[in-house]
Amino acid sequence: MRSIRGQNLLSLDNVSREAIVEVLDTAESFVEVNRRAIKKVPALKGRVVASLFFEESTRTRLSFETAAKRLSADVLSLAVASSSVKKGESLRDTIATIDALGIDAVVMRHQSSGAALQVSRYVPQVHVINAGDGLHQHPTQGLLDAFTIRQVLAERSQTSGLESGSELFQGLRILIVGDIRHSRVARSDIGAYVTLGAEVRVAAPGTLLPVDIGNWPVAVVDDFDEALEWADVVGLLRLQRERGSGSFVPSLGEFTQTYGLTHERARKLRPSAIIMHPGPMNRGVEIDSRVADLPSAVIERQVANGVPIRMAVLYLTVAGSKEEVVL
Amino acid sequence: MSSIVLRQGLVVGTTSLEIGDVLIVDGEIVGVGDLGDVASGTTEIDATGCWVGPGLVDLHTHLREPGREEAETIESGALAGALGGFTALVAMPNTEPALDNVALVSYVLDRGARTPLDIAVAGAITQGRRGEMLAPIAEMAGLGVRLFTDDGIGVQDPSLMRRALTYAKPLGVRLAQHCEDELLAGGGSMNEGAVSSRLGLVGRPALAEELMVLRDIELVRLTGGAVHFLHLSTGRSLAMAISARNEGLAITFEVAPHHFTLDETACDQFDPMFKVHPPLRPRSDVEALRDAMRRGLVDAVATDHAPHAPELKDLPFDEAPAGMLGLEHVASLTLDALGAAEASPQEFFALLSRGPARIAQLRQSDVRVRHSGHGGAVVAGEDANLVVFDPQARWTVRANELQSRATNTPYDGRELVGKVRATIAKGLLVVNEGALA
Repeated sequence: MRSIRGQNLLSLDNVSREAIVEVLDTAESFVEVNRRAIKKVPALKGRVVASLFFEESTRTRLSFETAAKRLSADVLSLAVASSSVKKGESLRDTIATIDALGIDAVVMRHQSSGAALQVSRYVPQVHVINAGDGLHQHPTQGLLDAFTIRQVLAERSQTSGLESGSELFQGLRILIVGDIRHSRVARSDIGAYVTLGAEVRVAAPGTLLPVDIGNWPVAVVDDFDEALEWADVVGLLRLQRERGSGSFVPSLGEFTQTYGLTHERARKLRPSAIIMHPGPMNRGVEIDSRVADLPSAVIERQVANGVPIRMAVLYLTVAGSKEEVVL
Repeated sequence: MSSIVLRQGLVVGTTSLEIGDVLIVDGEIVGVGDLGDVASGTTEIDATGCWVGPGLVDLHTHLREPGREEAETIESGALAGALGGFTALVAMPNTEPALDNVALVSYVLDRGARTPLDIAVAGAITQGRRGEMLAPIAEMAGLGVRLFTDDGIGVQDPSLMRRALTYAKPLGVRLAQHCEDELLAGGGSMNEGAVSSRLGLVGRPALAEELMVLRDIELVRLTGGAVHFLHLSTGRSLAMAISARNEGLAITFEVAPHHFTLDETACDQFDPMFKVHPPLRPRSDVEALRDAMRRGLVDAVATDHAPHAPELKDLPFDEAPAGMLGLEHVASLTLDALGAAEASPQEFFALLSRGPARIAQLRQSDVRVRHSGHGGAVVAGEDANLVVFDPQARWTVRANELQSRATNTPYDGRELVGKVRATIAKGLLVVNEGALA
């Protein structure tokens, strides 16, 4: 995909570098909007965005709904926090019901991989934005993580993110640590980073690596401590205990000992290294509390950037053509 | 009763292959060859350009009755089978409740006897297919049941499987195993590999199947029992089964059409239509299956016809039930796997009729289960269960036009070569001109 304009955003697997840069650049202009006293633009006035969360996620949901409201869209919010089987209604019927209310886009979170893609087949005229599907993808997280990295690096080099395009990612050394296997964030992050030109390595116990990691465009590190010295960026992942990943390691304590970013281990990082975490954090498990509060940890900035990135994604997918740019 | 003459088809005997007529009177083949004039009132069927062979036999049909009649009934499944060229089906026992006792088996046999085809029954190996206690195998065998399986799931407990084999051996019946170790495959919804890893779907590894194949081969060696492996899907499974069979162990196996036509990349768009257990495998396994079929190493093709109501196939991939339709397109797909225009008619009927009839012990008629003989040589004196198959006709699969109650075919819109023209079951013309007569 060379641009997400007028499209669905289901995965970062097939999204080109220029399309990602377009989202990041669009988000830059929305950062400015978010600094205004009146944080609202009429870009999606009269449009209806439904947020459909089959799996509860207060953070992502608030972020998307804030983004939609700042674009002046009307928001229909539906919590369907139960499996469709238990509810007795098929995905097709649920989406058809919401579609019947007249919507332009649906932001969807579901516990099953592929659910957003399935829904996009049922309502081809509606823009579907995947807000996380099972273990598959969480594309806006991948985009906001890339955006945060570019923003930090641009500030440090006193350039503008907008002018830098994807330049700051060339050869950038990114280490992703933890439960890659069960992480939709890892799948989207890796897609975004590799497409933008970064060199990505992953560190995890063997059981938390995907089965065919050898075919992924990443290298697996043998020595976590060495890799920490290597990295420009360290992205930690939440240990997905709710998805049963607890049984993939002997104990949380052992995971922390071997792959947690402990206070001691964080000293191996270069001072410039950026520490990231998509949240919600298991403080004391994958990240030490003190490390999470270091100035080089940009975790709250990631949350803040969620809004302009999701504004950009909603704007580009729903408003579509370039001519409609009214900020 | 009735008489039918099939004119000038290629009559596919066990070893012979000759163009000629086949005359059927009162449910029996009475003449084969150039028969000239026949008695007036005989129905004439032009079989020119077609193969005339024994009616197809499916070892693996989920007829869903009792319990899931919205997806299929014994009647609707039998008619779908007739259109697919079948004259006998083996009904799988994973109904609700499971076919694990004489009363339920009798029910299915009774309902089956009202259809134009012969409906045999596979009984459950364990009570309720729960894998805990043996079902009354001897009582069901007394009704004429010849195959037993917990299909849908394999017998997980090796000591229970050993006991079942030892118990079944003197009864002259065969256990059919769905080979997947659920502790290894558990929770998975597609083949484990590059595609599942990218899609974030939990995988069912090939090893889950292969370990159970290996285990059961050794249990057969230990007990002297007989096992039929259902829907083997990997090259290694086939190699192990073939090698064990060559050693003289009582091992047979089948392959299913989806496993020799579709590979794991079909799951790429998360379409639950392609969800099946065992799952669709990599292309290399698909090719291994096709290669074994062409080399005459496969005992049978069986459909694993698994109808599901449309609302269930609309669920997310990991929640949707596994399985797909098979009866109405398996003949065309088998022809293709055997090399289309180069396909050997003998091999075609070995895979779809003679092999499965032998495994299901349906060669000879059996009054106890009210079935006639299947998978024969197409000679005078045999029961008239025959199919007329046009190996050149082209047709397009339309999910909504299939006879099955369900529509979950993975081949919707696909053009296939080879079409059943006529099916004669128990001496009656059930399908003519490719439609129910």
